[in-house]
Amino acid sequence: MAEEVKQVRKPPDPNSAKYKLGQIAAKAYTDVIEAKARGEKIGWVSSNFPVEIPETLGIPVCYPENQAAAIAARGGGERLCQEAEGDGYSNDICAYARISLAYAKLGSAPEQDMPLPDFVLCCSNICDCMIKWYENLSRELNIPLIMLDIPFNPDYEVSDAEVAYVKGQFLAAIRQMEELTGKKWTEEKFQEVMKNSCRTSRAWLEATSCAKYTPSPFNGFDLLNHMAVMVTARGKAEAADAMETLLKEYQENHETGKSTFRGEEKYRIMFEGIACWPWLRVTSTGLKSRGINMVTTIYADAFGFIYDDFDGMIRAYCKVPNAINLELARDKRVKLCKANSVEGLLVHVNRSCKLWSGFMNEMSRQIGAECDIPVVSFDGDQADPRNFSEAQYDTRVQGLMEIMEARKGGEGA
Amino acid sequence: MITLGIDIGSTTSKCVLLEDGNRIAATALVSAGIGTGGAEEAYRRVLTAAGVDEGAVARKMATGYGRKRWPAADGELSELTAHALGCHYLLPGVRTVIDIGGQDAKVISLDGQGRMSGFVMNDKCAAGTGRFLEVMAGILKVEVGELAAMAARARAPAPVSSTCTVFAESEVISQLANGAAREDVVAGICRSVAARVGALARRAGVREPVCMSGGVAANDGVRRALEEVLGVPVTTFPQAQLAGALGAALWAWQTAEHKEMT
Repeated sequence: MAEEVKQVRKPPDPNSAKYKLGQIAAKAYTDVIEAKARGEKIGWVSSNFPVEIPETLGIPVCYPENQAAAIAARGGGERLCQEAEGDGYSNDICAYARISLAYAKLGSAPEQDMPLPDFVLCCSNICDCMIKWYENLSRELNIPLIMLDIPFNPDYEVSDAEVAYVKGQFLAAIRQMEELTGKKWTEEKFQEVMKNSCRTSRAWLEATSCAKYTPSPFNGFDLLNHMAVMVTARGKAEAADAMETLLKEYQENHETGKSTFRGEEKYRIMFEGIACWPWLRVTSTGLKSRGINMVTTIYADAFGFIYDDFDGMIRAYCKVPNAINLELARDKRVKLCKANSVEGLLVHVNRSCKLWSGFMNEMSRQIGAECDIPVVSFDGDQADPRNFSEAQYDTRVQGLMEIMEARKGGEGA
Repeated sequence: MITLGIDIGSTTSKCVLLEDGNRIAATALVSAGIGTGGAEEAYRRVLTAAGVDEGAVARKMATGYGRKRWPAADGELSELTAHALGCHYLLPGVRTVIDIGGQDAKVISLDGQGRMSGFVMNDKCAAGTGRFLEVMAGILKVEVGELAAMAARARAPAPVSSTCTVFAESEVISQLANGAAREDVVAGICRSVAARVGALARRAGVREPVCMSGGVAANDGVRRALEEVLGVPVTTFPQAQLAGALGAALWAWQTAEHKEMT
């Protein structure tokens, strides 16, 4: 009888970026769990809320969007979505919101636990659904809500008037958080956090720009995973260190002809929209099996916050991708496509995200025309697995590949 | 050289045998799709009809939703490229192909050389597809094939929603309950499909000549409604349902030629 061969997984290298980033992502939860156990007040915070504020104040926070993504990726999305639907939430609203509201009621999920909050921090620069989601969290849990209003920006630049409007709110939010937690804001700590945030962001932007090399030294799906650290921990020194390690690894990969993309990189695409977390393996394999590397995404740009002072930080948050107009959003993507020699655009029409997906038809048409690349879209959802069809996805990706191949003058063209 | 294309769809299996990339030697259409014995039956029938042995077929290509599950295939291609190739063969110079199949609707743009340059497909909902027509025919207790003739006799087409098959089903029942003529309801159903697919076509960009392929192309009520919606002539051909299989056979021939050259 043949001896059973067990594959022994190599222990992760503690000096690798993957290990460091994984540790930071995990610590984001354990730190808050421990703080809660110590009796500290902890918050839930939306992803485009200025992380520098709670970080400077030393307030432990966790991120419902990241939790919802983790729950969805581990198979719990449908269960929690249905729980929320049973409470009267429409299946048309964001699946992250449904999962989070269900979790707030249940208080536990085996896929990803995090402690219930003592207050919630929300910023309107993502979408209107986020506002109602946090209002409901506040009401259901009977806890304070600190809401920052950063209006949708119809212009290319951020005006001084907008900075002044937002600054008053940032300062008020800091005061509120000081009162809630008894912790104090210090300029020295802010300078340190700002320095870390800018260091992390610079390394992230430079690492993601390594996709300019052909072949790319990384599989773009890596970015979707590493993004969690950019969202939650960019103000921490260890995040800056991990991102600088990532950059070094990508540069070394380029120099030695290696890549985290397994197999030959035959085609290079931009993936538009957030990952389809419940179907991550299917969506990734559908590309990888055809030699398609997703070399860039707007997330490569979205969480790179570079600024020099408090006002600069405000300007950065006024220009997050969800809060900017179609033309500026288009130009950012066109720049990424051109810088990274993108040959096709695959658009995830995310049923959860009415704002992002709503103008994507027109934006992707304009990107396709400007970059002279084929544009293909598929229906899906960031966290509700019911809104995705594997067969439909596969046909669309194959169609995109066949167009890209024909444009290269390939087989049968 | 004999090549073969098979299109294994959601409700039917189609097979085309091609000689030297330019003569259709035999065709077969079986009303059984993915997950049935339909593909094997279509394959067997086409070989019998042409009187050739399996060994005489130089290359076999599969397309359609069942394309990856047909073991006899030498390769596979998407139904998008297959319909583009098939329609370009049937109507040289075609720039827009509207393919409405059992479970999806596609609008395919072709460049001047007959290559697919882009496409838009329906979302997850079955509204605007062949399945939609089947459900409606079921409510009316008629065969799908009868819908076109009924639509042609309509006097005042009844409005039917294009957003959802289930909503449309209840609308049709309400229309019948309110005494609407069955022909008028059928014409409304055809318009509903055309409205849905017409929106897709406008997104893809309509360039003439425009043709229809897929099983629904046989429904002249939908074709005429599409002409009204798009404001351009929409042509079709008797082999419209076989266009995908034909495209796969052409692809088999082209790639076999390519292999011989390399």
